[in-house]
Formats: sequence, structure tokens, C-alpha cells
Amino acid sequence: MISQRLANILADSFTKILIPGLTMTIPLTIISFSFALIIAVIVALIQFAKIPVLKDVARFYIWIIRGTPILVQLYLIFYGLPSLGIILNPFPAAVIVFSINEGAYAAETMRSALESIPKGQIEAGYCTGLSYMQIMRRIVLPQAFRTAFPPLSNSLIALVKETSLAANITVVEMFMATQRIVARTYEPLALYCEVGLIYLFFSTVLTKLQAAGEKRLNKAGY
Amino acid sequence: MLEIKDINKSFGLLKVLKDVSLKVNKGDVVSIIGPSGSGKTTLLRCINFLERADSGTLIFDGEQFDLNKISKKDILRLRKKTGFVFQDYNLFRNKTALQNVMEGLVTARKIPKKEAEQIARENLAKVGLSDKADAYPHQMSGGQQQRVAIARALATKPEIIYFDEPTSALDPELIGEVLAVMKTLADEGYTMLVVTHEMGFAKNVSSKVVFMENGVILEEGEAKQIFENPRNERTKQFIGIGVEHEKQI
Repeated sequence: MISQRLANILADSFTKILIPGLTMTIPLTIISFSFALIIAVIVALIQFAKIPVLKDVARFYIWIIRGTPILVQLYLIFYGLPSLGIILNPFPAAVIVFSINEGAYAAETMRSALESIPKGQIEAGYCTGLSYMQIMRRIVLPQAFRTAFPPLSNSLIALVKETSLAANITVVEMFMATQRIVARTYEPLALYCEVGLIYLFFSTVLTKLQAAGEKRLNKAGY
Repeated sequence: MLEIKDINKSFGLLKVLKDVSLKVNKGDVVSIIGPSGSGKTTLLRCINFLERADSGTLIFDGEQFDLNKISKKDILRLRKKTGFVFQDYNLFRNKTALQNVMEGLVTARKIPKKEAEQIARENLAKVGLSDKADAYPHQMSGGQQQRVAIARALATKPEIIYFDEPTSALDPELIGEVLAVMKTLADEGYTMLVVTHEMGFAKNVSSKVVFMENGVILEEGEAKQIFENPRNERTKQFIGIGVEHEKQI
């Protein structure tokens, strides 16, 4: 059924796709998501604390990023900025775009999680003699992370797949690697199925991790 | 030890507190009673800066503060000398009973963990909840949560404890356990300022009773005098209603 030639191509290409997956897709995802989380916490806290001016900047950032396609953002940073003399390598350009993009969405997740914490606990914190920062760090944020964990895991899983868009700005990640093999072998059906399955495998691992993480958080009792 | 003078507070056009003055001496248990919407809770919240009063003076331990202009630093300092028990407990949900009680000691007052844990355990024992030390708030009944909240307020050795309708959110059968703890504290000489709808507590436990309505104090005096011989017509009526209510039950 599957010809010997096709079987060989699939076997050969497996490592050729998987290696960029491990060296590009996964690092791109992890680095971008880490930055995104930092951005998200800061942007969410700015809004939660209603810091004048900064909170408007935060809203503006979220508005712009959520309102434009990520593909446009990628092109703008990688192909657009050189016109201003700013030339970025593909990988850092992709990290910047994915961090900023994911940060905007995660910020909204964090903000809603922060707002879901009953205000009474903040007042109780004050009455116990804690400062605002102490209340945030010890009472509010831990609970907000707990609430935000499932939707953030969801975003992380989405991001793994979204990194395939980086192929558009010449990052040789899994999808780009596959495209190149397809160009040589003319076996798009089999090869795109193969890369799809590898993405599926990555996502499945993350889904399992999410389930384990949620189980642990539930055990923590709150 | 605590005196407030001419406190005013409005929410929009609604004047909630009108020139309210009140004095609490060391060892006093003062109950503030009155119909809903009379400003009792707002008064308590203004005294602990959970609401910013429009004007008024607070004298705490001989130190005088402008309730409207007080600095954040002074607020933090004063709050470390006071305890607050909320109507809906407001325990930290990410912390066990023990951790709830320890938080103010370890984080706010930098007391070493070991020492703080000992203090916390003593205070949990005091409210009868030694066996719940490792329970999270959602694993406890309302009455138990409120007792933990009292232990949390006690642990920091406050000079005065404010109670904001501490039994109003509780099932009738859980009210007793919280009132019993409060009575113990009163007997031990704690200074307490209590906003309450529990007439029994106001009458039998407190040394002084303040009757408030529409943002003003209509009458204040010894608990016995207020309940047995109220001078103000409204007080008479309000307490009369309470007594009637008890009779019906």
C-alpha cells in the first residue's frame, strides 16, 4: 500500500522534522511564553491597581495587539522594521512577536483572574497589617495563578501550533523543515500528515502536563 | 485609648455619617446597634481606613490623626495595632487556618516562623480550633471560619479589635459558637468595638452600647441603661422591636 519509496521518505524525514521541532519550535514556544507571562502579569497588575496613564497604555497595547493578525505583526517586525534600519534575525524577531502577541491575550486572562479574587481578602490583608505589595504577592497572585492556570495552559498549547507561522519569516522550525522536504520529494500529503502528528504529539504532552498540574493545584486545597 | 471626633462621610449625595463622635476606653466592649443603613459599618470602616472619611479626627493612644489626610505610612502603623473581624470572614483562601493566623505575624511583623507558629497555635486553641490548623477555609463551616478570623485578629495582640457584624452571615446554629468566643475575649479584658445585630450580646456582654440611626448617634450609655431605661424614643422603639422579636421566637 505505502510504497517503499514513501516509507523511506517518511522515515528519513522524521528526524529532519523532529530536530527543528526540538531545537526551534519548542524553544520558541517556551521562551516566548515565558516573556508573555511576565508581560501579562505586569500589564494585568497595572490595570488591577488602576495606575493612571499606565493603565491606558496597557489598554492601548491590548487593543492594538488583539486587533491585528499575528501574521501582519510578524511581517511588520521582520520585513517592515529594516526600512527603519532595524534588522532582526528571524528567531529573535519571532520571539519578540510571539511574546508581545501572547502577552496581550495572557494579560486579559490574568486580569480576569485577579478580578475574580474577592475584594474582602484584600481588605483583610490590610487589616492584618500587610502592605499592598505583600497582599498581591502572598494572597492575590497565588490565587489568581490558580484560576488562570487552565486558560493559560490552553494558550500555551495554542502557541505551540502558532509558532508554525514563524516559517513565514524564515525561521526553520518544524513546518518550514517539512515544506523543504516536500519541495524535494513531492509528497505533501504524507509529509504534512507526519508533521501534523508531531504537533499533535507535542500538544498531547502539554495536555497531560496541564492535567497533572491541575491535579496538583487541586490537592493544594483551594 | 480610641477617640473619634466629628467624623463625616458621604457616598455621593448620601450623607452616611454626620459628625459622629465616639470614645472607647481600654477594656471597654462597645456595641454599636441600630437599623440597617444607619452607618454603623461605615463608621467602623472609616476608623480602620477601609473607607476614607470626608473629615474627622482620630485619637489613638494619645496620637492625633486627621481621618481624611492621614498618610499611608500612619495607616499601616495604626492597622498593626488593631484587629478587624469581617462579616464574611475574609480568610485568605490559599492558606490553611494556621497560615491565616501566622500571616500577619510573619509577613507584616517579621516574627520568626517558629515563634509565629506557636502564637498561631495558641490562638487557634483559644477559639477552640486546634484540630483545624491544617484545614483550608473551604473545608470549614462559616462559624469555624469566623473563629479562625478572630484568631487571626487576636494573634497580633491588637490594642483594640473591631468586629463588623461578625455573626450576620452565619447560620443561626453557628452564631452561638462565635458569640461564645467573643464573650471569652470580653471577659479577658480585650478592648472591642462591635457592630452587631445580636441584642443578647449587646445587652449582656458589652459594657457600653451606642445606638445609631441615619448617620448619627442617637443615644449611648451603659448597656444596662440603654436596654432597661432608654431615654431616646427611637432607641426605645428599636429595642422594643428586638424584645418583641425575641418573644415571638
